[in-house]
Amino acid sequence: MKRTLNLITVAVLLAAPAAAQMKTLNGAGATFPYPIYSKWFDEYHKVKPDLQINYQSIGSGGGIRQITERTVDFGATDGPMSNQQQFKVDGKILHIPTVLGAVVPAYNLKGVENLKLSGSVLADIFLGKITRWTDPAIAKLNEGAALPDAPITVVHRSDGSGTTYCWVDYLSKVSSEWKKNVGVATAVNWPVGLGGKGNEGVTGLVKQTPNALGYVELIYAKQNDIAYASVQNKAGKFVKASIESVTAAAAGAVMPKDYRVSITDAAGETAYPISTFTWLLIYEKNSSDKGPVLKDFLRWMLKDGQAMTGALGYASLPGSVNAMVAKTIEAIK
Amino acid sequence: MSAERTGDRLFRAATAGFAGIILLAAAALAWQLARESAATWKTFGPAFLWTSTWDPVNEVFGALPFLYGTAISSFLALLIAVPLGVGAAVFLTELAPQRLADSLMFAVELLAAVPSVILGLMGIFILVPAMRALGSPYGVGMLTAGLILSFMILPYITTITREVLLTVPRPLKEAMYALGATRWEVVRGVSLPFARSGIVGAVFLSLGRALGETMAVTMVIGNTPKMSASLFDPGYSMAAVIANELAEAASDAHLSALVAIGLTLMAVTVVVNGAARLMLDHLGARG
Repeated sequence: MKRTLNLITVAVLLAAPAAAQMKTLNGAGATFPYPIYSKWFDEYHKVKPDLQINYQSIGSGGGIRQITERTVDFGATDGPMSNQQQFKVDGKILHIPTVLGAVVPAYNLKGVENLKLSGSVLADIFLGKITRWTDPAIAKLNEGAALPDAPITVVHRSDGSGTTYCWVDYLSKVSSEWKKNVGVATAVNWPVGLGGKGNEGVTGLVKQTPNALGYVELIYAKQNDIAYASVQNKAGKFVKASIESVTAAAAGAVMPKDYRVSITDAAGETAYPISTFTWLLIYEKNSSDKGPVLKDFLRWMLKDGQAMTGALGYASLPGSVNAMVAKTIEAIK
Repeated sequence: MSAERTGDRLFRAATAGFAGIILLAAAALAWQLARESAATWKTFGPAFLWTSTWDPVNEVFGALPFLYGTAISSFLALLIAVPLGVGAAVFLTELAPQRLADSLMFAVELLAAVPSVILGLMGIFILVPAMRALGSPYGVGMLTAGLILSFMILPYITTITREVLLTVPRPLKEAMYALGATRWEVVRGVSLPFARSGIVGAVFLSLGRALGETMAVTMVIGNTPKMSASLFDPGYSMAAVIANELAEAASDAHLSALVAIGLTLMAVTVVVNGAARLMLDHLGARG
């Protein structure tokens, strides 16, 4: 009996300091990088067992709101914060790019395997100006393909999303009419089409509806085996989204100091035009117990973390960007 | 003063407090919704309720397509579920053998316990392709949403109607039979009129549920803020737009407009329930 008690006392004494040192970081934001983030936080927990990082994938808008109100230690977003949003922040928030992703035009056409589309055609389809698959503009890009003489069922996201942001950001770069009439945001006033909730909702509608055209994240299209079109890039080449073509788009971008850059419609022969960075949002000045921990994690993310991206379908940061970010994070306190 | 009377008083005060909490919660909810949506009401005024542009980019908001979608899908659901539910309840109480009635009731109650997201999945995988086969261009749309909602409220209507029908006094029915009335005449002449107020209550309770249903509707309504005359066309509902856009509503104006929709939805529900109460009182006074 006494021995058991002693053992318990020893156990408690041993456990107490460990429990006291256990630290947590809380983050919230984008859903698009959630798979890689949860992998990173999991792996980092193995490296630093006394640190637990919690991440809620509530969406980019929620992430921006929560970091602005400082209810979380870091935020995450797929679309950079606007000047107006930054103006509301008490302090300085850094955009730290982490990985890259792409959005692809997913389609459901029987017997058409390598659909080719251009930016202006995509914009006209989503504006409701091109309504049939046999439209001369589509036929010209796909000579010899058995395009059905049927209306195009357009599918878009019904929920606000970073995926939508990337998609409409591209459309507004290639179509002045889109820019003027619809614009860029995580949710827009769609001229035509059905709304599906989440990548899975859009995928479901595209897969089930013959002659449908929608847009989903590259990773999602790959995992679910949906056909997606190649898109004509700025150099005039038709490029299918892949880790390589996304990295090529990032490599061509001129990186501003605050990393708030859009790489849609990027230059470069092999660049996939509907690509995007995704960012972590971190205050430059943090409380003394959080800042160094965040910095340590970011250092690890740039070295070991970047090696894990490929397996999950994300493109890692190009070397030049990685080196630039490595300098930036040293400013975090 | 005896101890017992003090106890009574305490008991009375405590229970009154509990009842008060309910009122307080409802009032706090309305107040909070009104406060958070104040910016929208200030910008658009009551016209928010009858304009139909929903443009988060240019921050122009109007709730009409959502009001329309909620009203039409709920009305469709009632149109389908009320005759079915009342008919099923009549069969279960008046015609079915006891054993069959018991097992059927069990199935009905089971249906009531199915989570709405499961019904939504069933909608996507079974109902939507079926609708497309029937000639709907997309499969998703207003009618599909109405059908899913009718599944959802059918058990309520059936269960409540059955409970009310069971309270119809036996002597009344037996008297009718003694006069040579058929089953149909007894159901029509005695049971249904007697149960009328209960059935109306069941209908309004179901309507309340249909108006507020979110998940299953979002999955099959098509999420397009347009008003269309065809029931095959996609639409949108108030609850669905809140569920869809709240998480990513980055601008304050967008957030405020969504909360304004929430307040409107709450007001609609209060009006519906108030109407139900009035109607029940009216029927009660007559019957």
